[in-house]
Amino acid sequence: MSDDHVYLSLAEGHEDGDARWAFGTGFEDPLYGVSTAVPEDVDPADLAACCLALGDDALVTAQRLAEWTTRAPELEEEVALANIGLDLLGQARLLYARCGQVDGTGRGEDAYAYFRDADDFRSVRLAELPNGDFAFSMARLLVLSAWRLAHFERLAASRDPVLAAVAAKGVKELTYHRQYAAEWVVRLGDGTAESHRRMQAGLDRVMPYVGELFAAYDAAEAVLAVLRQVGEAATLSLPAVPEAAAGSGREGEHTEHLAVLLADLQSVARAHPEATW
Amino acid sequence: MSALQTGSTTAADGTPPDLARRFDDTIARDQRIEPRDWMPEGYRRTLIRQVAQHAHSEIIGMQPEGEWITRAPSLRRKAILFAKVQDEAGHGLYLYSAAETLGADRADLTERLIEGRQKYSSIFNYPTVSFADVGVIGWFVDGAAICNQVPLCRSSYGPYARAMVRICKEESFHQRQGYELLMTMMRGTDAQREMVQDAVNRWWWPSLMMFGPPDDSSPNSAQSMAWKIKRHSNDELRRRFVDMTVPQAEKLGVTLPDPELRWNEELGRHDFGTPDWDELMRVIKGDGPCNAERIERRRTAHEEGAWVREAAAAHAAKQADRKKNGAVA
Amino acid sequence: MSDTQAKKGGWPLYEVFVRGKRGLNHVHVGSLHAADDRMALTHARDLYTRRNEGVSIWVVRSEHIAASTRDEKDPFFDPSADKVYRHPTFYDIPDDVPHI
Repeated sequence: MSDDHVYLSLAEGHEDGDARWAFGTGFEDPLYGVSTAVPEDVDPADLAACCLALGDDALVTAQRLAEWTTRAPELEEEVALANIGLDLLGQARLLYARCGQVDGTGRGEDAYAYFRDADDFRSVRLAELPNGDFAFSMARLLVLSAWRLAHFERLAASRDPVLAAVAAKGVKELTYHRQYAAEWVVRLGDGTAESHRRMQAGLDRVMPYVGELFAAYDAAEAVLAVLRQVGEAATLSLPAVPEAAAGSGREGEHTEHLAVLLADLQSVARAHPEATW
Repeated sequence: MSALQTGSTTAADGTPPDLARRFDDTIARDQRIEPRDWMPEGYRRTLIRQVAQHAHSEIIGMQPEGEWITRAPSLRRKAILFAKVQDEAGHGLYLYSAAETLGADRADLTERLIEGRQKYSSIFNYPTVSFADVGVIGWFVDGAAICNQVPLCRSSYGPYARAMVRICKEESFHQRQGYELLMTMMRGTDAQREMVQDAVNRWWWPSLMMFGPPDDSSPNSAQSMAWKIKRHSNDELRRRFVDMTVPQAEKLGVTLPDPELRWNEELGRHDFGTPDWDELMRVIKGDGPCNAERIERRRTAHEEGAWVREAAAAHAAKQADRKKNGAVA
Repeated sequence: MSDTQAKKGGWPLYEVFVRGKRGLNHVHVGSLHAADDRMALTHARDLYTRRNEGVSIWVVRSEHIAASTRDEKDPFFDPSADKVYRHPTFYDIPDDVPHI
């Protein structure tokens, strides 16, 4: 038995290989065998709007997670944050693709990501806020993933088979994202005096944007239950949820941060509009 | 005599000869040394240095390409690059893990890196100025890394060899993604083709330097080869890389920036020019274009993450106390 | 060791074992650092199974592993069972290193 046997056995069953290398999770095509025809009782415009909004949330969140690369508090967290970012990037791509199939434009994923301006984006404003410190990033990830998980659990039963399949795959990913964020919020809240202070500040900064999420999809009960449970374990006080503040990313009303984020994200693609990559 | 041939330096330090002999025999039979085995201090020190430098290179190597994740010009390229840079963090961790089996401590190794007392590969001190650099790094730098690393899968130290098996498997994909990006760009616009050629011009010589100084000025190589920590000389690996890369360049339609590069029928390999060894020495000594900013980024991340790491440790300690007190009550 | 580590906020070392697929044993794949067991499992999942290499993971604090020596008669190791990894004993590394 060779010394490398351990690794050969680990790799068994993965010889099909070449396509597997660019992904943080799952190598199965979630849309395999799923019909792309829009069912008769589904309004294509509603479906497209839903896919676009959730795709934009995922892309903007993934972009913020990517900004942590080479800046994470520990190397193991580099790997973890990238896994979550890759999951969300994968969700964005599937949702944009579905949007292009049903909104009548036939656009591909990159048209949505690279060739729309900030006021065409439908992402919630919580996603676009700059990363801040690790505590804020974890508070935001907890809220966004708890909300998105509740939404995806519902969408897994969508009448559109494509959206249902995308959501079903996403539920598994988001369950992990929520768990990861929740564990960090607890550690930081119930860690040192400094981390407690930062974690409370992070949570306080996130809460004003929660109303916008609930207006987009009312998962208040599920999300607040998670926050109460996590907040208690983390010894944090949960700020009251304010009434939804004026303006909404879902209506294309964004903070100044989204345009800056997009200028970076789109810079190369827009400098070479004729290019193929 | 056989002890000398396997590089044993243990005779003078009072080591029982049977332990030294068994170590030498293990090496001679091409078997692996494992963490609990007796090993000469020189072997341990050399390995820690080599494995730590390798780990540091993976971690610092995240930076030049990491700059482009947020700007990658398609979502597919973004996912690929994100996953690749993530792999580099993973590879750094596999290697730190191997170093720790030798008694090193990752926190100490990190200190040494950010204080500039331990090195990493010189190649990562060059800037990435266009997205074509992402492709050329995959093609050249990962290609060179593969030349270096595939033989290390047979390194005499078990944990290092096993880490390398895993890393090599993942890196072959890295090289392919780089080459595929360049092929796509070469089929694109004139501006894209110019970007690719420009990146090739800038990265070719630094890539050749990745294999280290020429054999006649690489003082530690002979001992490392005797110990089978290293399996081929710097010059041999460099030649192998050139021979591997030239036909790939032709296929791609780019020119490698070396007027002396030509096929030598007689020797059955390529002749090529001499890298600027003075430049290599300057970069190694800390005077490359990006040395300071690379170390600074790593230092900042480490220092700004301290409160997070401390909080997690404090929380774990509280939890352990609660469990203990709960168990007592 | 644990004291200085806690002061620096350093996380202890864990060994990771992965079951590649049903029907196989868990095998040792490497180590990582984590503040607690839960985090160690999370990190192990992200680091050692991010290409779907595993169906089950074990993690254990390295200092809790007792190991035999290569040869129980080995005069350098007594008692005969000891900790696998004696980190963080650090070994000086000279600065005149050629790059890799």
